[in-house]
Amino acid sequence: MRPKLNILSDGLVEQIKQEAFGLLLDPGVRVHNKEALTLLAEAGAQVDFEKRIACIPERIVYQALESAPREFILFNLEGRPVVHYGGDSVQFDPGSAGVSVLDDLSGVQRPPTTADFIKFVKLVETLPQYDAQSTAFVCRDVPEGIGDLYRLYLALNFMRKPIITGAFGIETWWTMWEMLVTVAGSEAALAEKPLAVFDVCPSPPLLWSDLTSQNLIDCARKGVPAELISMPLAGATSPITLAAAVVQHTAESFSGIAIHQLAKAEAPVVWGGAPAAFDMREGTTPMGDVNTWLIDCAYIQVGKTLGLPTHTYMGSSDSKLLDMQSGLESAGGTLLAALAGANMVSGGGMIDFLRCQSFEKLVIDAEIIGMARRLIAGIEVRDQPIALEHMRKSAHKANFLSQPHTHKWFKKELYIPSSVIDRGSLDAWQKKGSQSCDRRAAERVEQLLETYQPNPLSEETRKELRQIVQRAALKYGMQELPPLD
Amino acid sequence: MSKEIFEKLTSSIIMGEPEATVEATQEALAAGIEPMDIIRQGLMPGMNVVGEKFSSGEYYLPDLIIAADGMRQAMELLEPELHARHQTLESAGTVVIGTVKGDIHEIGKSLVATMLSANGFKVIDLGVDVPTQKFVDKVKETGADMVGLSALLTTTMTVQREVIQALTVAGIRENVKVIVGGAPVTRGWAKDIGADGFAEDAMGAVAVAKQLMGKG
Repeated sequence: MRPKLNILSDGLVEQIKQEAFGLLLDPGVRVHNKEALTLLAEAGAQVDFEKRIACIPERIVYQALESAPREFILFNLEGRPVVHYGGDSVQFDPGSAGVSVLDDLSGVQRPPTTADFIKFVKLVETLPQYDAQSTAFVCRDVPEGIGDLYRLYLALNFMRKPIITGAFGIETWWTMWEMLVTVAGSEAALAEKPLAVFDVCPSPPLLWSDLTSQNLIDCARKGVPAELISMPLAGATSPITLAAAVVQHTAESFSGIAIHQLAKAEAPVVWGGAPAAFDMREGTTPMGDVNTWLIDCAYIQVGKTLGLPTHTYMGSSDSKLLDMQSGLESAGGTLLAALAGANMVSGGGMIDFLRCQSFEKLVIDAEIIGMARRLIAGIEVRDQPIALEHMRKSAHKANFLSQPHTHKWFKKELYIPSSVIDRGSLDAWQKKGSQSCDRRAAERVEQLLETYQPNPLSEETRKELRQIVQRAALKYGMQELPPLD
Repeated sequence: MSKEIFEKLTSSIIMGEPEATVEATQEALAAGIEPMDIIRQGLMPGMNVVGEKFSSGEYYLPDLIIAADGMRQAMELLEPELHARHQTLESAGTVVIGTVKGDIHEIGKSLVATMLSANGFKVIDLGVDVPTQKFVDKVKETGADMVGLSALLTTTMTVQREVIQALTVAGIRENVKVIVGGAPVTRGWAKDIGADGFAEDAMGAVAVAKQLMGKG
């Protein structure tokens, strides 16, 4: 039996959906994109093109929910199916779009560079706990205008795993898609074996911007899975009650799916999110917060009842350091996300409200992920009878350490953490240097990087990718891209 | 008798009851109390207590906002009375505030606007996604003392630099103090772009604004 977590009663899920439908009619959804408004109008929504508001009847949403696929697969660079979005598959990727990296020794956050990003991609490749890459942070050594596509360019050069990414612009989405097509070999090949998911975010409350609407439409038409990231902020950009925040999330996601499926029915789409409960003291958006987790688990449950693939941002911390707060917040979120059954859990490596990435934390979070995976694997019956014969054979002797049965099963039964988690005696710990967890993680970062294997991208493909990005960089005044080594 | 009314005014602000604040203000006016006294002896003491309670951790943002709302509603009743007496409440300064072009985040900016108003500043809130030139034009038009620029994305915070440059080009940079804020904005960034002040939250913004006006 697999341990699961449900937050809402069936009745409450129903009411949430009903109220979401109600919101779609009144006040309706703001859609700042002409094509999206047209698609909705043609489908029978009541659209005010001047005010740019669409009142969407539930019929259109039901149709979209019908046609949206219940599952899809992501493929790695070598074309193998490795990530399953759908059902109760639970997978993990690092948080993305950070603006700084942490220097753990000094505790100082600094602007990320190309070298940082490459190091990060390599590190993610060596950590089996992460099922996918993410475009983890924006590099400050290239012009802002190519900030989104540059991350993808770097990742494609060093990754094998699929990637969760996103665009910051309408044009740059196309450049990123062009890169993916180059790697896949053709448009059709990419659509058949998606290598990347694009995050698309409505703005709370109830607004699809020009950029995000366009991204939605372009993703749908090109068969690039779109991961909706609705992010109501309870008490600030949504009503304060957690239930109301979930209603808003549902309404925003309903409208996104409607636009998406109208652009191209059956295109893959994900019920994702990054909501939070507004911090009433600091005015910030805490991710490592139990109120936030409740909203997350609730909307995941709603998504599952709709039969859609799900995603969430859980497992990151709001602390500015790798300290106890960062540990407890990351563990709480990761374990709950796993129990809630989100197909993709984003957040590994991050602190400071999704602003800062840390190599050491990526490694520590991998431990938490390992624990979470073990948790939802539950307790299995390995052999029959479970204990009777073993214990009768041992006849009151505590001799299980030496049993072949123990040798046979211990690695399958137990999640065994890496050296990042210290389980030694006091003496043993002191002999190893009395290190804290983050220092052990720092050592492990170096060890893991040594094991990195380059990906099999051909020289020709690398050259093509470089040319695509160089062209884009030139538009922003950069003559030459930073070197990749 | 007026002592009782002043207490009602003060406590209605502290308890976050705008309706009671309005009632007490009307009562005070009917009793012939001077608007200046209503403000200085009734309302402002309440706002000060609210500010202290927020700093000490007892009050939260919703408490600040509701108190400021009570203050605003009371001022709506009092302003005509002041005007009729040819009196003006000394403004702490005029601030033009907005979220820069390309950015639609408004909570932080609105919080700062609310707190500045509640602390005696005249605030002109331009909203979000404000074209750079609009900041410049509004400063020229109003002779504002300060400009507050909010940006919540790394991709938009560079516009703060552009606004400062635009003020320089318009020849009015020297006449106005620029305060910047927003999640990605740091003290270092503020210094780099030549801003006069930086604050991390709404209360900080009030302190910095007062300081820049020479009253901090």
